[in-house]
Amino acid sequence: MLETVDPRINIIDKRLAGVKRIIAVSGGKGGIGKSLTAAVLALTLSELGHRVGLLDLDLSAPSTHVILGIEGLYPEEDKGLVPPEIHGIEIMSIVYFSGDNPTPLRGIDISNAMLELLAVTRWGPLDFLIVDTPPGIGDATLDVIRWLKRAEFLVLTTSSKVALETVKKVIRMLRELNVPVIGVIENMRMGGSGLVRRELKEVPVLGEIGFDDKIEDSIGEVNKLLESDFAASIKEIVMRNPGFKLSSYHF
Amino acid sequence: MHEWALAEAVIATVIEESRKEGLVEVRKIKLKIGELQQIETEIFEFALNELIKVQGTLITKMKVEMDIERAIFRCRVCGNEWAFGDASKMSEEESEAIHFAPEVAHAYIRCPSCKSPDFEVLHGRGILIEYIKGR
Repeated sequence: MLETVDPRINIIDKRLAGVKRIIAVSGGKGGIGKSLTAAVLALTLSELGHRVGLLDLDLSAPSTHVILGIEGLYPEEDKGLVPPEIHGIEIMSIVYFSGDNPTPLRGIDISNAMLELLAVTRWGPLDFLIVDTPPGIGDATLDVIRWLKRAEFLVLTTSSKVALETVKKVIRMLRELNVPVIGVIENMRMGGSGLVRRELKEVPVLGEIGFDDKIEDSIGEVNKLLESDFAASIKEIVMRNPGFKLSSYHF
Repeated sequence: MHEWALAEAVIATVIEESRKEGLVEVRKIKLKIGELQQIETEIFEFALNELIKVQGTLITKMKVEMDIERAIFRCRVCGNEWAFGDASKMSEEESEAIHFAPEVAHAYIRCPSCKSPDFEVLHGRGILIEYIKGR
């Protein structure tokens, strides 16, 4: 009896059973601040007293460890892998295993790597798991939708027409698939065109973050990051929007 | 150890699938495990047995057959095929990294012929339950 089945898929829900909300940070294009947003959102929620995890699923170009200045950490082996905790956040990234080496992965490799990480990572009880995803609607995003069934999306864009054009497609796909979208954040805002709010009417625009030309100096230093204008904007957006309240999660 | 995590996944899946099929007793399962998973079979078997003990009557008499499938790679650039076992000797750290996240083989292994990291894993990755037998 029974056709061949991959047991790793089956265990994902159990591994995430202690996680109240899963927020996937997504966007159409690279370089618009997704990883920075994911990392600072995780720090902010942690500062607000929540238990937070951060999962970097940008498998070929992981960067949240750089943003948070993580070096020399390794997950603990205990009937699976227990993510190390730093700055109050449990962090899992393929970088613990791939190190500085270029790791070129094609579609099926991405799916397998993600499946393995999801199946063996033993998160503690968490209020929020923040997931950093690579840009667009490629393999990793599709696998997040397929395997992290409770994931809600936080979509990032800039006011650039190029970024907006792609982000519209991301949002359209998420809506077609009935995936919850918390809303959109406009990053790197310069001037006050209001283009993003005019163009993206189907989902709430949660707020705008101005272009922070000092943010690069804070990369790798959590205290500086938390004092940045960028972090102040994220905190304000989190405090103002009910989409980041713990109680708004739904199963 | 990730053997425990995978054993747990196997047991949970066997129980779920057997219940779906209305089985009252599982007698045998067969697992196909990719060599790339770098599983310590003794630890894996121990974990399976420990989990079987605490899972109640459905699987107490279950036998587990395991087939380790050799990992074979094919270069997407030059078409060369080679086995994981033939790859140049890896350090303990590299080997451990692959043990935990098999796909990071792409970070440490290159085609022995043209040195490309763009290779396909033809066989020998992942873990599959090939069948569940019972009544």
